Amino acid sequence: MVSFNYTITDEVGIHARPASLLVTEAKSHADKITIVKGEKSADAKKLMGLLSLGAKQGEEVTVQVEGETEADTLVKLEEYFKNNL
Amino acid sequence: MKKLTGKKVFNGVAIGKIYFYAKKENIVTRTKITDTDAEWQRYLDAREEAISQLTALYEKTKKIASEEEAEIFNVHIMMLEDEFSDSIENMIKTQNVNAEYATAQTGDNFADMFANMDDDYFKARAADVKDIAERVISILLGNQSGETNFDEPVIVVAEDLSPSETVQMDKDKILAFVTKLGSENSHTAILARTMGIPALVGAADVSEDVNGKEAIVDGTEGLMIVEPDKETLENYEKVREQNRRQKELLKELRNKDTVTKSGRKVNLYANIGSIGDLNSVLVNGAEGIGLFRSEFIYLKSDSYPTEEEQFKIYRQVAETMAGKKVIIRTLDIGADKQVDYFDLGHEDNPALGFRAIRICLERPDVFKTQLRALYRASYYGNISIMFPMIISVDEVKRIKEIVAEVKRELDEDGIQYKDVELGVMIETPAAVMMSEEIGKEVDFFSIGTNDLTQYTLAIDRQNQRLENFYDPHHPAILKMLKMIVDNGHKSDCWVGICGELGADLELTKTFVEMGFDELSVSPAMVLPVREAIRNMD
Repeated sequence: MVSFNYTITDEVGIHARPASLLVTEAKSHADKITIVKGEKSADAKKLMGLLSLGAKQGEEVTVQVEGETEADTLVKLEEYFKNNL
Repeated sequence: MKKLTGKKVFNGVAIGKIYFYAKKENIVTRTKITDTDAEWQRYLDAREEAISQLTALYEKTKKIASEEEAEIFNVHIMMLEDEFSDSIENMIKTQNVNAEYATAQTGDNFADMFANMDDDYFKARAADVKDIAERVISILLGNQSGETNFDEPVIVVAEDLSPSETVQMDKDKILAFVTKLGSENSHTAILARTMGIPALVGAADVSEDVNGKEAIVDGTEGLMIVEPDKETLENYEKVREQNRRQKELLKELRNKDTVTKSGRKVNLYANIGSIGDLNSVLVNGAEGIGLFRSEFIYLKSDSYPTEEEQFKIYRQVAETMAGKKVIIRTLDIGADKQVDYFDLGHEDNPALGFRAIRICLERPDVFKTQLRALYRASYYGNISIMFPMIISVDEVKRIKEIVAEVKRELDEDGIQYKDVELGVMIETPAAVMMSEEIGKEVDFFSIGTNDLTQYTLAIDRQNQRLENFYDPHHPAILKMLKMIVDNGHKSDCWVGICGELGADLELTKTFVEMGFDELSVSPAMVLPVREAIRNMD
């Protein structure tokens, strides 16, 4: 498993629209992707769980990737987070 | 006559009959299922129907509002696709319950989860979950959740409205929305704003017995007046007429040039204080942004905003304005705008204190972070930079040295940027007197009339006891304005006004005659000023 930490800079945080886009992005990778915020964690491919994190601007999340192409996926997700969240 | 209050969602006045929208109740009973696979299939069929309804709503919303507002229905579709359905499958197959019951339970569970979150935005998502559960249950029960139609335009009053109910209503027949529940963050509220319909939410005293009664909805004051008396009604009819005229003006003047009858063109820009104001800049047809107050980025932050955070915001503004001019003023912290992490300490006289450019020149690291972000963003549009509270030529020269340093560093890092016009705010009497010399160093002047007036008249704007002494049209100020324009033009600068005085319709003609090249006003004043200029000879 590989992971990176990211602090949300998007003004509204992971609200419905960014979350649905993140789900779409996550689904394009075969690996298992988990977003962790504090004690909560959610499958990045599932919207409700992702929303239930309530991640807001300025909060840090950990993105964990597990699978055969995890190194590659991690790089792409880091890029995605920087550009979109 | 009875007055009810609620939270304001969208300004404007509506007068008409109330239609109380009562939700069709879906009655769900729990039954025991033996063939759980068939029941699961029944759910899947209903879900498929729900998704096709939501897709249709998405298309409709895109047409009447915007793609962004329509996106909520894609979110609903996605919600239906994962955990929501997993939970229902699990309940049907392990507890042998019917699909309706499993859906209702699952909907309640997820709605509770959102309702218990500590952020208003996420709390409001409980309504979305309930909406999708109700939709599926209606389909399972064979209830029509079809369109609601009215014969004449009405004020729609309801306990609560789901986004899909809001969109399904015939927009031409709706004068206003008033709901007993709901928050300003609900999608219904957002939709009402986008559709431009006066609306109130959280009007706690609303009940079904208002149905059919005459009423006024005052979205600006957050009021609903049921059975108004004659005088109230007449007053509101006048307001409504004014609003209607304003709207017509808007339509008519939005895409017109700001030019006098004899063909003199004035650049008419808008002042904004945050990204949220961008929409009204575009709606009101401003030709650019004449003052973007960058302080808001610092004010809403708990520590110094990073280059990256600032870059994102400036870039978004530049891109949204799509090549139109965007003049960003570097931070104007201090005086009445205090930020803890700047640690400025107490000052006896903050208006004459350590503020704005003075901070930037003493703390070049903070200044350079902002300049670097601005130059990086310049690549994505038409950005100009403006410096506040200037009193001398020497300050401008020091600023330009720092700018040159920032550009050199960007070159070294191989980062692209465009040519940026540099300008100064003229808001101190010293800058007025030195304007010819300062003008040789910069591309433009923008006059901050608020500070200039208070520094020239020695009158504190916040001090109410001085109201009788305060004259915004004081001849000293008008003389100064003329002097600034003439000196600016002598030094090849264009000259504008971004202070409140710029929107003073009594002076519009004077400004144009003095030779001002630009006026930057609040978004709501763009069209009235344009009208005044177009009526000039």
